[in-house]
Amino acid sequence: MDPLLEALRLITSGDLYVWNVILRSLQISGLSLGLAVVIGLPIGVAVGLANFRCRMPVVALINAGLAFPPVVVGLAVFLFLSRSGPLGELGLLYTPLAMIAAQAVIAGPYVAAVSLAAVEGIPPDIALQARALGASRWQAIMLQLREVRTSLVAAVAAGFGAIISEVGAVMIVGGNILGETRVMTTAIVLETRRGNFEVAIAMGVVLMFIALFVNVLLLILGRRSIRRPLIA
Amino acid sequence: MSQRDPLLIGQGLRKVYGNRTVLEVDQLELFRGELLAVFGPNGAGKSTLLRTLAMLEKLTAGRVEFHGKSGKMGEEALRMASAVVFQKSHFWNDTVEYNIGIGLRLRGMSRITSQERIHSICDQLAISDVRTAHMSEVSGGEAQRVALARALVLDPEVLFLDEPTSNLDTDAKLDLRTDLERVARERAASIFLITHDRTEAFHMADRVGVMRKGHLVQLGTPTDIYDNPTDVYTARVTGAEFTLAGITKATEERMVRVDVGGATFLALGEAQVGQPVKLVYRPEDLVLGPPSSPHRELSTRNLVYATITDRRDLGGLVRLRMQGPPELVALVTRDAARELSVEVGTRVAVRIKATALHAFPTASDRNI
Repeated sequence: MDPLLEALRLITSGDLYVWNVILRSLQISGLSLGLAVVIGLPIGVAVGLANFRCRMPVVALINAGLAFPPVVVGLAVFLFLSRSGPLGELGLLYTPLAMIAAQAVIAGPYVAAVSLAAVEGIPPDIALQARALGASRWQAIMLQLREVRTSLVAAVAAGFGAIISEVGAVMIVGGNILGETRVMTTAIVLETRRGNFEVAIAMGVVLMFIALFVNVLLLILGRRSIRRPLIA
Repeated sequence: MSQRDPLLIGQGLRKVYGNRTVLEVDQLELFRGELLAVFGPNGAGKSTLLRTLAMLEKLTAGRVEFHGKSGKMGEEALRMASAVVFQKSHFWNDTVEYNIGIGLRLRGMSRITSQERIHSICDQLAISDVRTAHMSEVSGGEAQRVALARALVLDPEVLFLDEPTSNLDTDAKLDLRTDLERVARERAASIFLITHDRTEAFHMADRVGVMRKGHLVQLGTPTDIYDNPTDVYTARVTGAEFTLAGITKATEERMVRVDVGGATFLALGEAQVGQPVKLVYRPEDLVLGPPSSPHRELSTRNLVYATITDRRDLGGLVRLRMQGPPELVALVTRDAARELSVEVGTRVAVRIKATALHAFPTASDRNI
């Protein structure tokens, strides 16, 4: 049978193994993205809006985070969580929590850097205009962010892209344990090595579909209520 | 509270950028119910003055009080009771309605009440047609009306207007100015207007302030400023754009007699005998007549004879350049020019009242 047709059959027939891996992937990626957004977005926004003495090095550090090789991040998280590491006592290595932590460290800089760039591009007169209409400082910040909401959604999409395609770090800290830490990317590596191409292809198809679906969803969310480009 | 209670007081206002002082105003009050217009050229510090009075910009020195409150309390109170229309307004990437309702939402007003007020202000400012349109779909004139509606819908106690008509073409400017005066006066308690258009300032304001290089050089009613400019600059910006250089020959009470190239003029002003002065006049204040006309019975005390050297038709008015001595420029109606049959080479008698001629010692027109 054609491996591609077999892959589609595995997806549509509700194959237990395939769907177990898919759901575990979604769970871990979703939580990783949530954590990366909760940490990365406020940092990006705060650094983008604030003007402080050591701003340049902080911006450089956030941007450098984009270039961190995921396997190195995985190694660093591994060393932290390994038995002899500083957080070894928690026993988190080879658990989904370790994978969530590693992926959040990888995606956080993406979310922070893209949101920082978006916020830096906000014209200064928006804050003045908001305050002139009676906004408190907090309300003025929210009115500024409203103007770059598509870019902030793009920051989340960038973080999602970094997470969903990641394989090295989750392999190192998760261990690829079936039913526990095996996710789509690690499963594709494993099944390809085993020669189970139809399973690998099934995972690949779902992975591509999820990537497309989530990005379209984020795009729709970001574009909602925006009908035309902004005028000055 | 009486009509003359100051709503907003600025004291010792000083703003410095680097080593450049852009604002230095000792005292400025905005009274309840008045429209105070401050005008001056670009870079005079008008917008900085507006932003500091609106408590949107930190001062290097000085204080602003609103209802007797200054600092954080004053700022908070003013924020809720005022609205600002900037020269270049920012509109949020949304509909006209959303933009007009921003201030109401920030004040926690209910949706139903907000809608009623938005509809009402749109009707008053003739933008009901574009109420549901996106901001990118409206014209420049409509956008500026939206900016005005967004401020007026709040029924502000103080309305700050920073050159609200400067980006508009002449027709749109005149239309907006008319509506602005009518609706703003109705909905806002006091208005602080910044403009570089003297017609706008003199046409609309109860009091006018003249700014130059960060200083408020004169403040008074439009008539005060028009009749008694305190220096050459103010005289020029109020339309007295032509000057004659001369030497003071004699002084009388609040008057000086000045020799200008052989001709003697009596003018308002104070100077010492022998001191060089500049005489400024408005070209429309020159009265022309045939050289033979009797003049002794007229109250006009300055009379010179001159020959027309140039004639320019400016629509309903005619500008005439004449050589006396001295060289003079007059602005007369087309009917008056026809009656006098003035052409290049025509000899005319030129009269100007002493009160329409202002003398300023040359040293006083520094920075011009």
